[in-house]
Amino acid sequence: MTATQTQTVQGSTLRQQVLVLYLATSALDARVVGWSRYDGTGASSPTTGDSDEPPYESGVEALQDGWRLIQASQLIPPYPGHEYDMSFLKHEFFFEKLVDIAG
Amino acid sequence: MAVQTREVAPAAAPEGAKLLTSVEVARFVAQGFLRFDGIVPDEINGPAVERLAAGPGEVDYGMTVDEAFGPGTLARDLLDLPEVAGALHSLLGPNPTIDHHAVHVRKPHEGEAQPLHGDAIIDVRPDAFDVQMMYYPREVTLEMGGTLSVPGSHLRRTNESDTGRYQNLRGQTRLVCPAGTIVLLHHGIWHGGRRNDSDTARYMYKIRFNPSVKQRLWWDTSDLDDPAIDQELSLRNPWTEVATARLEVYNRVLLWRELSGKDDYDIDFWVTRVRNRPAADQSN
Repeated sequence: MTATQTQTVQGSTLRQQVLVLYLATSALDARVVGWSRYDGTGASSPTTGDSDEPPYESGVEALQDGWRLIQASQLIPPYPGHEYDMSFLKHEFFFEKLVDIAG
Repeated sequence: MAVQTREVAPAAAPEGAKLLTSVEVARFVAQGFLRFDGIVPDEINGPAVERLAAGPGEVDYGMTVDEAFGPGTLARDLLDLPEVAGALHSLLGPNPTIDHHAVHVRKPHEGEAQPLHGDAIIDVRPDAFDVQMMYYPREVTLEMGGTLSVPGSHLRRTNESDTGRYQNLRGQTRLVCPAGTIVLLHHGIWHGGRRNDSDTARYMYKIRFNPSVKQRLWWDTSDLDDPAIDQELSLRNPWTEVATARLEVYNRVLLWRELSGKDDYDIDFWVTRVRNRPAADQSN
C-alpha cells in the first residue's frame, strides 16, 4: 500500500457493516435459516439471541437491499467415513455495506 | 475414574417418581431438551435465591447424588420432585453421578450475551449422554435475557464456543418462563445466556449428571410402539439446511436404537438402506 493510499484510508469516514446469512442450501436464493450482524459504525450492537426473525428471507433479497456479497462457503465433499456427521452450518454467505459516518 | 456400566435390569425408579413416556424420550432424542414450566412449588422457589446466594455447596466430580446433596439442600428438594426424579431416571437410569453444579446470575443491564456454545469440550458419544438440569427460581421475561437454546442442535459435532459466530437461528428458543421452571438438556445442545436488558437480576441453577448405567429403557415403556415416536423423531427444525436435516433424522434413529434396544428401528428406511450389504450372487 502506498503512502497516499494509507492516507486516504485513514481519512475515510466509510465504515463497514457485515451481515452473515446461513442459507438452507448452497444457492444464494435459498431460504435464510440463520443470521449474524456486525456494525463497524458503532451505531448498533447486534448480539447473540437478539431477534427471532431474519432480516431477509433469502440471500438475493439482501443483494436487492444493497448488501454486497463478499464470500460464500466452498462446497467441500465429506471426509471419507464422516458422511453422516453433522457439524457447523454449511452454507455461509458474508455480505457488506459501506456506511459514511461523517454524514 | 472409570464409569461402571451394566446391562439392562428391572428399573428401580425412586418411589413416587413420574416416569417419562416413550414419546417424551423420543422428543428428547430429537430436540435435545424437555421443558417443565412452573413445576417447582412456591415454597421452594421463594427462598431459593437466598439459599443459592449462601452457596450451593462443594461438589466433587463423580459424587453420587446422595453424597453431593444431603437432606435439606435446595438440590435435594428439586431432585425429589416426582416429575424431576422421574425424568432424570428415565433419561439416565438409576444412580447417576454429579458432574458439577453452578449458579448463574445475570445482573440488571449486564454487559454481553454469551456466545452460542456447548458446555465442556466436544463430546461425540453415540451411545450415551449427560443431562443438564437448569432451574429458574424466578420468572424470566424476554427482556431479562433468559437462556437461548437451539432445539435439535445437540447431535452436531461442534466444540464448545466455536459456534459463537451464529447470533440467531430460525426456531431458536429465547427462554421466557414462570418461576419454578426446570429444563433438562442433552449435553450437546447449543445454548447461551442472553444479555439482560432489564432492571431485574436473573437466576439459574445448573446441575450436570453423568449416567452410571447403560441408558436403555428406564422410562415407562408401555407406549414403546406408539407411532407418535416416529413423528417426534422425524420433526425438522427450521434452522437446519435441507440436506443436513435428513442427516439429523438419521442420527436420531441411531440414538433411538441405542436407547430402545430396537436394532432394526428406522424411519423411511434411511439407516437400513445405506447399511444394506447384499451377499454375493450365488444364483450361478
